Amino acid sequence: MHEISYQGEIRLTRYLDDQGVPLGEMPKWACGDSPWVTYYQQMVLARQFDTKAISLQRTGQMGTYASLLGAEAIDVVCASLMQPDDVLVPYYRNHAMQMIRGMSLTQLFLYWGGDERGSATPEMRRDLPNCVPIATQCLHACGVATALKLRGEHQAVLTMIGDGGTSKGDFLEAINVAGAWQLPVVFIINNNQWAISVPRSKQCIAPTLAQKALGAGIRGEQVDGNDAVALHEVVGQALERARAGKGPTLIEALSYRLSDHTTADDATRYRPSDELKAAWAREPVARLRNWLHSQGLWDEAREQAWQAETRQMIEDAVKAYQAIPPQTVDELYDYVYAECPAGLSEQREQARIRQQRREQGGTDHE
Amino acid sequence: MSDHAITLLDAVNLALARALDEDPNVVLLGEDIGTNGGVFRATDGLKARFGERRVIDTPLAETMIAGLSVGMATQGLRPVAEIQFMGFIFPTMEHMIAHAARMRHRTRGRLSCPMVLRAPFGGGIHAPEHHSESTETLLAHIPGLRVVIPSSPARAYGLLLAAIRCDDPVVFLEPKRIYRASKTLVEDNGEALPLDTCFTLREGSDITLISWGAMISETLTAADRLADEGISCEVIDVATLNPIDHATLVASVSKTGRCVIIHEAPHHAGMGAEIEATLSEQALTYLQAPPRRVTGDDTIMPYYRYEQLYLPDVDDILIAVRETMEYSG
Ligand SMILES: Cc1ncc(C[n+]2csc(CCOP(=O)(O)OP(=O)(O)O)c2C)c(N)n1
Ligand SMILES: [Mg+2]
Repeated sequence: MHEISYQGEIRLTRYLDDQGVPLGEMPKWACGDSPWVTYYQQMVLARQFDTKAISLQRTGQMGTYASLLGAEAIDVVCASLMQPDDVLVPYYRNHAMQMIRGMSLTQLFLYWGGDERGSATPEMRRDLPNCVPIATQCLHACGVATALKLRGEHQAVLTMIGDGGTSKGDFLEAINVAGAWQLPVVFIINNNQWAISVPRSKQCIAPTLAQKALGAGIRGEQVDGNDAVALHEVVGQALERARAGKGPTLIEALSYRLSDHTTADDATRYRPSDELKAAWAREPVARLRNWLHSQGLWDEAREQAWQAETRQMIEDAVKAYQAIPPQTVDELYDYVYAECPAGLSEQREQARIRQQRREQGGTDHE
Repeated sequence: MSDHAITLLDAVNLALARALDEDPNVVLLGEDIGTNGGVFRATDGLKARFGERRVIDTPLAETMIAGLSVGMATQGLRPVAEIQFMGFIFPTMEHMIAHAARMRHRTRGRLSCPMVLRAPFGGGIHAPEHHSESTETLLAHIPGLRVVIPSSPARAYGLLLAAIRCDDPVVFLEPKRIYRASKTLVEDNGEALPLDTCFTLREGSDITLISWGAMISETLTAADRLADEGISCEVIDVATLNPIDHATLVASVSKTGRCVIIHEAPHHAGMGAEIEATLSEQALTYLQAPPRRVTGDDTIMPYYRYEQLYLPDVDDILIAVRETMEYSG
């Protein structure tokens, strides 16, 4: 005899179609201008930041940069739904989240400009800094959630990972422990369909990434990551469940990486151009704008004004970034340990002398 | 592609192609190595030429890449795995240290682990965080793991072929700062270079300069400048950090009586310390001055805007050499 021990299913939430037309009757909570207009404005700001960051990189004023083009809705909605005392454990493509959580545009430019002080801003409170080693952040998020739980704090932790990152053990270990310990953590997969040159289909044969949650015994679902309304509902509920002690959630946000992987990448080497073209027709910013237009919540005049305003904000931030004086040599040594040990202080002293020598043009000019 | 001037990166590609061509057991695996040809293009064109069964894009997981390689190698394949940057090599450590390094020993030779783990390493290319460290010492400390670092196109070609043909696991670290720094003639003759010897790049009589990887460039430049000052430098590229050819180093320093060791990795417990210790054991009576080290400091590799503050430069070598020459007890 056989019986079915377990059957799982994965739900996908969408409210707006690719053009921003409601797929059915919109839920009551979606009526009115709040928070949609703010979401839209933040998404425009995020996109403008992105454009500027790429141009700064191209002109040698900033380092390698991971564009968030296409992920604006995911970032903006997630960050906006978080409370100040929730904790964000980002990966490396969460600039808009960090901006909404309080990091200034100037600080963001500073980080991507190769300066550690970009992760130092006090507005980041207890959020963790960017995480480059893929998937490791998921375990840190569980650790943060454990700390909250042990201390009896009713806050949530939110962390994000790419589709490729879900192949790594750290991710699977994280969702497993989050389930076993019922941790207050929300995992968001930004499924942008590519991990550099490796397509989603080559990472995992499962039809959804959300179903990895089933193996960990936690709630898993898909959401249209280009649909701010759907994201608002799904992420909002997950955060509330976490804060209420009802356990973790894995959310797979379906989106598309409209950019190269980073400014160091050339996606034309591996990605069909028609796929990219098709993805542009589903992109999140225009989709939300169309919906706002159709409801009379946004118009061309407001668009022009907001575009101009954000451009100005970004220009100001760039100027402020460029005016920041370099770090001193000492800063390379002062934060390695709580107190600088004797040997390292000696190296710091030598480094100061060396720096002076270099500024004076090297050994031949002594 | 052969017998013409190529970069170190081209030489890696050339050796990989040669190995794939000559031995059906050679299989390449890693992240983005197929269609994309690797983020540095080290495997460019190889998937098209040898097919996706020989040049495999893996899911994104370094632990998996290393663990798979161990298993494949025990069955007689010769996996050559790419770790995209040395900063992401840490998840492979359990498999490299707990398994690859000791498979032969544990089974008293019944099984072995002829795999290569390639990774670009080092600073100086304005990369994001975790993309610029030099942690070769961590690996060179492990009995059973060979650690090899080329410093020129010819040595990249010959040493990589040797690494792939070697019956032991080899970690092959590629100094990415000099991936495209210069072109030299490399003959695609299939000849491997030995993995048990240092390479004396220049003979000299006053002082021995010992280095490896990208710092060989600064070391050779310094040697040129010092020659103009009348100081004759012997320059040695260690190339294989484990097992290391101490004999060549000891012989050279016994001849010159002086030595400066140059590496990008941090000072503390770096390979320079191992070399100095051996010199003090085996060449002490020949030393006319204490051996010196020019290294990175014991701090975290800075983000790219400040990486030059960390990286040793030609002047640092010149100063160390001049002071060593002036030393009078
Ligand atoms: C452990 C680790 N391995 C490799 C890399 C190099 N790397 C950076 S991003 C990336 C692809 C990530 O793809 P995905 O997880 O889908 O996230 P996305 O960048 O698409 O948002 C790789 C391989 C890394 N940063 N960390
Ligand atoms: Mg991705």
